[in-house]
Amino acid sequence: MAEERRQKLCSVILPTESMKAIAESVGVGSLQEESCLALSEEVSYRIKEIAQDALKFMHHGKRRKLTTGDIDHALKLKNVEPLYGFQSQEFIPFRFASGGGRELHFYEEKEVDLSDIINTPLPRVPLDVSLKAHWLSIDGVQPAIPENPPPVPKEQQKTDSTEPLKAVKPGQEEEGSIQTKGQGASSAEVKGKEKMRMKPRSTHELSVEQQLYYKEITEACVGSCEAKRAEALQSIATDPGLYQMLPRFSTFISEGVRVNVVQNNLALLIYLMRMVKALMDNPTLYLEKYLHELIPAVVTCIVSKQLCLRPDVDNHWALRDFAARLMAQSCKTFSTTTNNIQSRITKTFTKALLDDKTQWTTRYGCIAGLAELGHDVIKTLIIPRLSVEGARIKAVMDGPVVSNIDKIGADHVQSLLLKHCACVVAKTRPLPDMVDQYKADYGYLGTMLCSHVVKARAQAAFQAQTVNRTTLTITQPRPTLSMSQSGLSASSGSRTPNIIKVPSSLTLMSTRPGTPTQPSPPATKYIVMATSAGAASTQQVITLSSSQSGSSVTSTVPSNPTSLQPLVKLESGTTGAVSGSRPLQKYIVVSLPSSSSSLENKGSGVLPSSTSPISMESAVKLERSESPAANIQSPH
Amino acid sequence: MAAVQDGPMELDAEKETKPEILSDGTSNLSGNTASGTLSSSPLTAAPAGGAPKMEDQQTLIAVLQFLKRNKLSESVEILRREAGLGEHQEDSQATDGSGGGKGDGDGGDANSLLSRVFITSAAAPQSMLVKKDQPDVSVVLSAYSQQGDPPLYQVYYSGLKNFIESVLDCHRAELSQLFYPLFVHMYLELVYNNHETKAKAFFDKFSGDQECYYQDDLRILCGLTKKEHLKGNEVLLDFRTSRFVLRISRDSYQLLKRHLQERHNNQIWNIIQEHLYIDIFDGMPRSKSQIDSMSGSLAGEARREVNKAKVFYGLLKEPEIEVPLDDEDDEAENEEGKPKKKKTKKDSLGSKSKKQDPNAPQQNRIPLPELKDSDKLDKIMYMKESTKRIRLGPENLPSICFYTFLNAFQGLTAVDFTDDSSLLAGGFADSTVRVWSVTPKKLRKVKSTAELNVIDKESDDVLERIMDEKTASESKILHGHSGPVYGVSFSPDRNYLLSSSEDGTVRLWSLQTFTCLVGYKGHNYPVWDTQFSPFGYYFVSGGHDRVARLWATDHYQPLRIFAGHLADVTCTQFHPNSNYVATGSTDRTVRLWDVLNGNCVRILTGHKGPIHSLAFSPNGKFLASGSTDGRVLLWDIGHGLMIGELKGHTDTIYALKFSRDGEILASGSMDNTVRLWDSMKAFDEVETDDFTATTGHIHLPDNSQELLLGMYHSKSTPVTHLHFTRRNLLLAAGAYNSQ
Repeated sequence: MAEERRQKLCSVILPTESMKAIAESVGVGSLQEESCLALSEEVSYRIKEIAQDALKFMHHGKRRKLTTGDIDHALKLKNVEPLYGFQSQEFIPFRFASGGGRELHFYEEKEVDLSDIINTPLPRVPLDVSLKAHWLSIDGVQPAIPENPPPVPKEQQKTDSTEPLKAVKPGQEEEGSIQTKGQGASSAEVKGKEKMRMKPRSTHELSVEQQLYYKEITEACVGSCEAKRAEALQSIATDPGLYQMLPRFSTFISEGVRVNVVQNNLALLIYLMRMVKALMDNPTLYLEKYLHELIPAVVTCIVSKQLCLRPDVDNHWALRDFAARLMAQSCKTFSTTTNNIQSRITKTFTKALLDDKTQWTTRYGCIAGLAELGHDVIKTLIIPRLSVEGARIKAVMDGPVVSNIDKIGADHVQSLLLKHCACVVAKTRPLPDMVDQYKADYGYLGTMLCSHVVKARAQAAFQAQTVNRTTLTITQPRPTLSMSQSGLSASSGSRTPNIIKVPSSLTLMSTRPGTPTQPSPPATKYIVMATSAGAASTQQVITLSSSQSGSSVTSTVPSNPTSLQPLVKLESGTTGAVSGSRPLQKYIVVSLPSSSSSLENKGSGVLPSSTSPISMESAVKLERSESPAANIQSPH
Repeated sequence: MAAVQDGPMELDAEKETKPEILSDGTSNLSGNTASGTLSSSPLTAAPAGGAPKMEDQQTLIAVLQFLKRNKLSESVEILRREAGLGEHQEDSQATDGSGGGKGDGDGGDANSLLSRVFITSAAAPQSMLVKKDQPDVSVVLSAYSQQGDPPLYQVYYSGLKNFIESVLDCHRAELSQLFYPLFVHMYLELVYNNHETKAKAFFDKFSGDQECYYQDDLRILCGLTKKEHLKGNEVLLDFRTSRFVLRISRDSYQLLKRHLQERHNNQIWNIIQEHLYIDIFDGMPRSKSQIDSMSGSLAGEARREVNKAKVFYGLLKEPEIEVPLDDEDDEAENEEGKPKKKKTKKDSLGSKSKKQDPNAPQQNRIPLPELKDSDKLDKIMYMKESTKRIRLGPENLPSICFYTFLNAFQGLTAVDFTDDSSLLAGGFADSTVRVWSVTPKKLRKVKSTAELNVIDKESDDVLERIMDEKTASESKILHGHSGPVYGVSFSPDRNYLLSSSEDGTVRLWSLQTFTCLVGYKGHNYPVWDTQFSPFGYYFVSGGHDRVARLWATDHYQPLRIFAGHLADVTCTQFHPNSNYVATGSTDRTVRLWDVLNGNCVRILTGHKGPIHSLAFSPNGKFLASGSTDGRVLLWDIGHGLMIGELKGHTDTIYALKFSRDGEILASGSMDNTVRLWDSMKAFDEVETDDFTATTGHIHLPDNSQELLLGMYHSKSTPVTHLHFTRRNLLLAAGAYNSQ
């Protein structure tokens, strides 16, 4: 293995095509094949050399991951100018492209949507380095506190359950080795015996604290206080040291389900299922050992004939859906070739589904359970059954005498089938969607399915569309940025000449005094930079706040234009609010970060047309004076 | 052979039987001493190839002796012929004849290569000049390689391989040591002579046979495919110019030689002659495990004679400060405490302070700074604390307090605690050094000069008054470096802090004013580690320039330069008696240097990866070293022997520390664990009989599991530093790694 890798390493040389591509990128059109070869060998060697040096920096930086910084330092060692500014904390997102017989790896520089950047609140300042002390060990024993890793990692729980003889707890190992020290020669045997003797002891005993914890948690989980329950579930989902209580939790759940199904206590069943979810969410637990208790409980909640006292009113359907999702999740995580959970579960569901006498509730559960297992399952097991199920539903719906419960059941099954099948059909079935065809293929449900499929297709198309909505084109060489909003096609074409278009983030307060619609946000500051050609620029900080809605405070801040980095520049051909024809003037609107980010109209392309021009005009009147610095005054 | 190397004594003994050879040898010796420079005689230059040093000449003579004694007259003839050329033309400096003028084109290259090496190894300038005037060195290098037929290299190598595989088991392990150096040299020769494809084929064919611990070197090697590449690659230059040391028993060596003679395999024989140093010993051949435990370094094992120098590993006498101690006792301790105190003092300190340790260096061997009053107070504190020290042992494991750096974003690169565990310093990749107070006492700066003038200097609490209360905070940031900070070290008196950085400087910071006092420039490359002497004043630094430097805080230039490592010096550590400095390196050796004269007194080989941590036992007898291969090796300094191997860690060991009494060794690693080892047991079990001591053959018991006393996982925090408080509480530190 190692040998193979080494030999492979030896032959790694950059392809000559890369040399050509790089040469072209710096303007050398035709490079001879031989020079390419020589170059690629040389470059490969140098790169390896630099990588080896960079590794040193990684080791001394006490990291496992090589960073671009390491390479910079290695380059510095070789007296080569480092690649400044190539900072990447994580992986370097190289992309691959091919075409025209060439293959390229390139660094993708995306177009940046500036309005998005403006919209997003500034990232939090990273926390400063701080120091925290905890006990890693007290007199040689590691305390079970959140700062320490779980006492028995998942891996070991696994070996414990799969190979009980090999299992040794860290603490026991120590004890064993200490004891053997005194005992001398026959230590090996003694050690082995101890292990076997100690194993059952540790798994069945709970400390007083653990017992208390168990009691508290179980009570909170099934109790009446929702807040407490949330806390308890959170604890189950995150606490690292629960493995010893796992058998008890598992028994608690399975017994709880058994009892409460009989008593039709829907609420408790829901609580128990949430516990199962929390247990599954806990990354430190090795649940495989207890699946034989948990899965029957979950399946019961999916397919049981009756889960609540009043099936016509209570929403036991939600529980079935939830439990079905849990089942699907456990199939995904725990199913192996040995335990075959998924296939066994699928068989169970299918069998019930095929049975004519199955009640609507159980039928619903089966379909939900199958549907959650994924599109393939829906395709192979549910869609072929659509016509049969459709006929059955039709019988109930159109049939003369039906109990209310059956009707509700059939209704739910119908909507469930439509929901799950529609997207699968939309993906698999070719266009066009003809109602008659659907009817022919799927029977009674065909008509509705067709409309659902059409809807699903439309939605998918819409989602694909919305991905590229407002774009902003930045072309580097030009000094100004132009903004165009293509999302709203109507307004983008004709730009009203006398209105400064305000990007969606700029929140301008309504002028109507005394009606602050919002819980007055802190004053937002805008710096409007105006530049006339060849003149020094002046910044004005306008503070807008809802309390003094009409009058904005204007202060002039003389500034060096280069010092301020404009986030957005707005270009307007003629700004005719007051004076008519002027040479082109540019406004740079820079919004300063406000402490709260309660922005109106988030997400929409522009301000609503009804308010924006008016408010702009009335709030900020732009007046041009002859002086290079444009004054911006409030109209009052 | 080694016996012969001891010098003229042996030569005299042999004189009667072999007069002519001896006269050659002695004349060479005298000639050499007359010339006065290191290895400037052509005699050494010719056979030694790239590393013409005094030792090599001696080696040559010794080889001649050896051959004679063993009646191997043919070899003697060959050797003498080669050496003889040098002798006859000793003065003329024109030994072109030896190479027959071949390979002149390569001469320039080799010369530049050599001169580079000379610069790096800080050789005397005139010897360098002499070298440059001698074309024969390059001729030897190139002429040698022109003799062989490149296509036959594979044949030669596989011939040797077949031979070694066919010999008796007991010799096979020893002779297998030859594979790696021969492989590398043959490959380099091929590359050097522009046989690219041959070299590649050779590499592909035989690289798989090499020991796994040479992987890293092979990786570098496989990138080298052109002669031009050889020029800048320091690692391989070193390999080429320094001789790879092998230790082989006499029997195995003779087997090998007979084989090579029978086959007339001059090619391999020449490589062995020129590039390898075979240290022959009498006695049983070593076993595979014995060899494996010692090999792995870049330049083979250490020669036995380099570890023969006496090392004064004992501790210095404690200064007499008992009177104030007793005063303190009376004041601070109650009646009960008093007798107990005295008793423990005798126990813990009596042996150290009362009698002079026979292995200790002279008190003034290295001039040490005078003790100040504050130092004495500190010593008293130390003694008081040490009486409250917990006695650790396998049944009594220390508690570990873990200091986690949060939000460090992988930037933590170095940590140090003060000896009294009151301060903690962290070096960061963003070039800052931060100091924390881990006690409730906050860090304060001294007031500005204007304010200091106002203070009443006569008042009792003047030391308190000079501190500026407004600046009190739990941590302070020290800005100044322009690259990641790779090493930090507190001075023993807690007034200063050293930091070494990628920018090539070591900086001294004042912990009174929290400003930089001095920037020590000397290393032009990143400085990987720095360490204060246990007595203050001196400090050592080691870096990418492959040397360690000893500095005194009041000198802006280094006092000593410890040169000899073949690769980066990655970690440095002062011996508790401050007379020696240990350095660990990327060349996978640990070296011990004498501060007094700058000599290398120990070369410890056996690690299979770069060494990243070192720790001396408190009694100064033992050294522990940890490397990237996850193993801790224990060394007996007095004998220069490996005495233990602690396996268990799965990643680089960045922290090692002995408990205050030396009973427990704690190791911290990248694998997020702290492990505790029973060092007492490890040291007790060592068989230090005379045979082992003289031959250096060690039998390492594989008892890592028994020695492991405890293993503690952190959640996701690599352990960067470990420290035992004066009461034997273990402090660990590292940065939480959120991924």
